[in-house]
Amino acid sequence: MTFAQKILSRACGRPVDPGDIVNARVNLAMSHENTALVIKAFREMGAAKVWDPEKIVILFDHRVPANTLKTAESHKIVREFVRKEGIRHFYDVKEGICHQVLPEKGHVLPGMLIVGTDSHTTTYGAFGAFATGIGATEMAAVWATGELWFRVPETLRIRITGQMPDRVSAKDVILNIIGTLGAEGANYMAVEFVGDCVDRMSIASRMVLSNMSMEMGAKIGVVFPDKNTEEWLIGRSHQSFEIVRSDDSADVQAEEFDVSDLPPQIAKPHSVDNVVPVEEIAGTPIDQALLGSCTNGRLEDLIAAAKILNGRKVSESVRFIVVPASREVYLSAVKKGVLTSLVESGAIVLNPGCGPCLGAHQGVLAAGERCISTTNRNFRGRMGSPDAEIYLASPETVAASALKGEITDPRTV
Amino acid sequence: MIKGRVWKYGDHINTDLIISGRYLDEYDMKSLSAHIFEDLDPIFAIGVKPGDIIVAGRNFGCGSSREQAPAVLKEKRIGAIIAASFARIFFRNAINIGLPVIVCPDAFCLLEKGNIITLDIRGGFILRESDGLRIGFNPLPEFLIDILERGGLVPYMKAKLGRCDA
Ligand code: SF4
Repeated sequence: MTFAQKILSRACGRPVDPGDIVNARVNLAMSHENTALVIKAFREMGAAKVWDPEKIVILFDHRVPANTLKTAESHKIVREFVRKEGIRHFYDVKEGICHQVLPEKGHVLPGMLIVGTDSHTTTYGAFGAFATGIGATEMAAVWATGELWFRVPETLRIRITGQMPDRVSAKDVILNIIGTLGAEGANYMAVEFVGDCVDRMSIASRMVLSNMSMEMGAKIGVVFPDKNTEEWLIGRSHQSFEIVRSDDSADVQAEEFDVSDLPPQIAKPHSVDNVVPVEEIAGTPIDQALLGSCTNGRLEDLIAAAKILNGRKVSESVRFIVVPASREVYLSAVKKGVLTSLVESGAIVLNPGCGPCLGAHQGVLAAGERCISTTNRNFRGRMGSPDAEIYLASPETVAASALKGEITDPRTV
Repeated sequence: MIKGRVWKYGDHINTDLIISGRYLDEYDMKSLSAHIFEDLDPIFAIGVKPGDIIVAGRNFGCGSSREQAPAVLKEKRIGAIIAASFARIFFRNAINIGLPVIVCPDAFCLLEKGNIITLDIRGGFILRESDGLRIGFNPLPEFLIDILERGGLVPYMKAKLGRCDA
């Protein structure tokens, strides 16, 4: 059986096959700002109380601190609800992005079935969890019953082999995969990332793969836990867990990528699969460079950027925005002097959160402007004006481009 | 049976194109729906009539999990969306709010903007009024049709929870 079959079989109490529609019990339910919509649907359903307040995590990250009066009011509704329902796992505006905060706080464990009202909930797959995004209305049904229907997905096993070259990182690897397989290359599928390159990756880098698997339509993007995973989890949770992995004999589709000679990659506007090597468009001027998000706002990303900059000043023509993914990341970066170094290079550091990633506030782009970003989506209008352009790349490429004021291959600085 | 005029769009119509993230602090669906397809086809929000049907290419609704995307289409009283394929979260969200979504690659090839069509969800076919052309598709699983016919997951759950209490 595949990982997906094993998890869903356990969650619905009978053996399942790909294509089956099953009613499964979930282990964890996450929602952020859109909790206001969940509450509305929950009330309309006439549910009396939530099924299990211990299994619900709520936090604010998309518009923090509140950017408009409307946001402030919906934050307030959620705070009141959380208090009334006795939901202890609530993180207010200060903690950071859901996909970073939940693992850090020990909510995400191998083998769990997790749903979240955010498409990049797939990120938790990096810890060997079956984690996927759902809508607000169905989250209300989960709150009421602890269950939800799922179609058992087919599996795509992506083997990544070889040593990543210098200044090439997980973001380049996944951009290359998405560019090759396409924006719906894994639609509805359970993607498994395996291979010696993945085995050597840090947890933060594995999170990049799982996070972006969503951009090829994946239902989940899983990396099977190993010693690294168990070490990362030490001290974060006291709950026991069970590691689940696919049988080698399981029926899967397979793809293989050798990254030994992979050059830095970049996704051009306006789709994530519009990927070329950075060198092909080097020299394109930029107005803004963004380092952050649930894809690449972790400590290793900030360090990678600081290393490229190495104390040098970013170009006068570029607004270099840095957003640590969480308070934990923020604090470690402060303590290690990484933020000092980035600020000395000219960075504007924002509070942990989604920040400019979704164009709601902070770092919004004007018509005709061009931004290079470590985020995961470059859809038209995503960061402000529909006439702005967003290019997606690694922290290394974003730092090199900020330095030069134009799209730059990090191997050349 | 759903009858309406076709609006036709291409592949990869993402959730930011349907309703941009910059408007999502607005929780009133009526105000929000004024911005529908704003960066793609501004005529749509003004010209769309209740019952009209969207026909699109592959991967309709890709991108974020925002339920506002199908919700603004429902607010405009779209009869159904027929696409060559859907992104999974959009597909779920649409069913859950009671907006019919039909997977039918042939419809994308055979239908044009402005065609008047009739859609039979249970029967699994589309009829083009002008010449009676009949396009078949695999009907949705019974369980999903059930949610759709009750008007979405909220009324469906309401009935289910009501039964539990009794
Ligand atoms: S950082 Fe961007 S992609 Fe990640 S959860 Fe926030 S808005 Fe979504």
